[in-house]
Amino acid sequence: MSAPPLATSFLQSSSFLDVLYIIAFGLFIQGLRGLSGPTTAVRGNRIAAVGMAIAVIATLLNRNEGNWGLIVLGIALGTAVGVPAARQVKMTAMPQMVALFNGVGGGAVFLISWSEFRLTHGYQGTATYIAIFSLFAAIVGSVSFWGSNIAFGKLQEIIPGRPISLGSAQQIVNLLLLILALAAGVDIAAGAHSEGIFIGMLICAALLGNAVVFPIGGADMPVVISMLNAFTGLSAAATGIALNNPALIVAGMIVGASGTILTNLMATAMNRSIPAIVAGGFGGGGAVEGASGAGEHAGTVRSTSAADAAIQLAYANRVMIVPGYGMAVAQAQHAVRELTKELEKRGVEVGFAIHPVAGRMPGHMNVLLAEADVPYDQLEEMDEANQEFGRTDVSLVIGANDVTNPAAKNTPSSPIYGMPILEVSNSHSVIVIKRSMNPGFAGIENELYYEPETTMLFGDAKAAVSEITAELAHI
Amino acid sequence: MILASTLTTNLAILVLAGFIGFVVISKVPNTLHTPLMSGTNAIHGIVLLGGLLIVGLSGNSAFNKVILVIAIAFGTINVVGGFLVTDRMLEMFKSKPKAGGDKAGEEKKP
Repeated sequence: MSAPPLATSFLQSSSFLDVLYIIAFGLFIQGLRGLSGPTTAVRGNRIAAVGMAIAVIATLLNRNEGNWGLIVLGIALGTAVGVPAARQVKMTAMPQMVALFNGVGGGAVFLISWSEFRLTHGYQGTATYIAIFSLFAAIVGSVSFWGSNIAFGKLQEIIPGRPISLGSAQQIVNLLLLILALAAGVDIAAGAHSEGIFIGMLICAALLGNAVVFPIGGADMPVVISMLNAFTGLSAAATGIALNNPALIVAGMIVGASGTILTNLMATAMNRSIPAIVAGGFGGGGAVEGASGAGEHAGTVRSTSAADAAIQLAYANRVMIVPGYGMAVAQAQHAVRELTKELEKRGVEVGFAIHPVAGRMPGHMNVLLAEADVPYDQLEEMDEANQEFGRTDVSLVIGANDVTNPAAKNTPSSPIYGMPILEVSNSHSVIVIKRSMNPGFAGIENELYYEPETTMLFGDAKAAVSEITAELAHI
Repeated sequence: MILASTLTTNLAILVLAGFIGFVVISKVPNTLHTPLMSGTNAIHGIVLLGGLLIVGLSGNSAFNKVILVIAIAFGTINVVGGFLVTDRMLEMFKSKPKAGGDKAGEEKKP
């Protein structure tokens, strides 16, 4: 081969490519900083996207690049699937979309490790540490891929959201799968070249991913997705070390660190410990608790009509709306916004009380209400809102359940005991819009519904809210 | 000892990146947690590079090529889908009609 022209050789020189990578991860960090504020977030995300584009271009410029047909095919396939999915997904389905995107990331990681294994015929002629990081990436990537897919299935309601577990054997099975996967990994790192062992390791990790997420109930799913997000980040960083690629190491590790923080934060907000969630403790404990608690309610549930609710709201001075997942499922955010406008026309002061884990992800409610053009300054975070309930005439709970359950404060035996809640029962009266008396994701009865100041308006959140708005017009 | 120094350099990068991740992320307000999760999710799509690097190496068998095309497709879905979804979410925050002075910075003042 003749020497390439000077310009080409400059573009392909490894120092130049390294500089591009450094620019790329600088942009990632800058982009993430931007994501930390509402005014800079859009720009932050785009800066990170530019960083990604630069990193991809740098990789394509490298001297060893080839097989262009395959590259084009892969990228075209990915774009054809990813772009419409991202464009068309409803805001309410965002959590499962994130789960799915996270899953394919994990899938890419373990496939890359597998091809690395095959290409080197079992890591022959490579340093042991490269094998170790590549194997770590394969195991974690596979767990993340399968775990995320199950999480997607549960949130999309393809798979029942309730915990499905092997009972007390679950933890032993999980531990066994983990040990098997690790043992296979150690065997390969120590010099076994058999692809059978590698595939066995992938299968153990896949089963582990399934076994960990299946027993987890819908309520804990945000924590799980966040945890798997961190996992995929870590596995990407490990792939980076195995391939000696700084952009991969930095980007992967930042995601690993941020995912860990987010996971902790969510778990704290729900008063759940991450080990307990992973061990599947919640589902089992919650079900038993719900069964024993169900018979204890002496109080009665009072139901109300849209017309009565409208009158109550119209003559209130201050109304606090407490949205939850029910609002998201019913796509009721625009109807809620209409109701708010109607009430404000009558001089009613309206606020929104946002629990950090209302919906299925932190910030889920904020995204939906922002979509419906609810101004920021009407949204109140939990601590703020809890001080306000005392001077609130009517709290309108729209499809929120566990985050308002007084059992978290009053019943030490409850599985959600200790979780910070929105103390709606401090307001003068409470209207709860709910489809039925079925318990929420945590599977626990809500004492709030039996309290004397509470009335229930049964029905779909969107229909009920629209009805109230219509009734308001007649007052 | 070239190998060892590559490893230690990379480990140093790894540790420093971890600290940067903690520092940068811990300041994010609750409101932005869903977009942040989605944004970081897009960033780990960088594994796409791994697929691109390996597919270029000679010696890939037919089966390897299949795996790698799938890996590249997966990585691309992760990157493209992730950034687009995050952008869509954040656009909704941006178009607020005056919601307090500090929120209006993104909009051009007339």
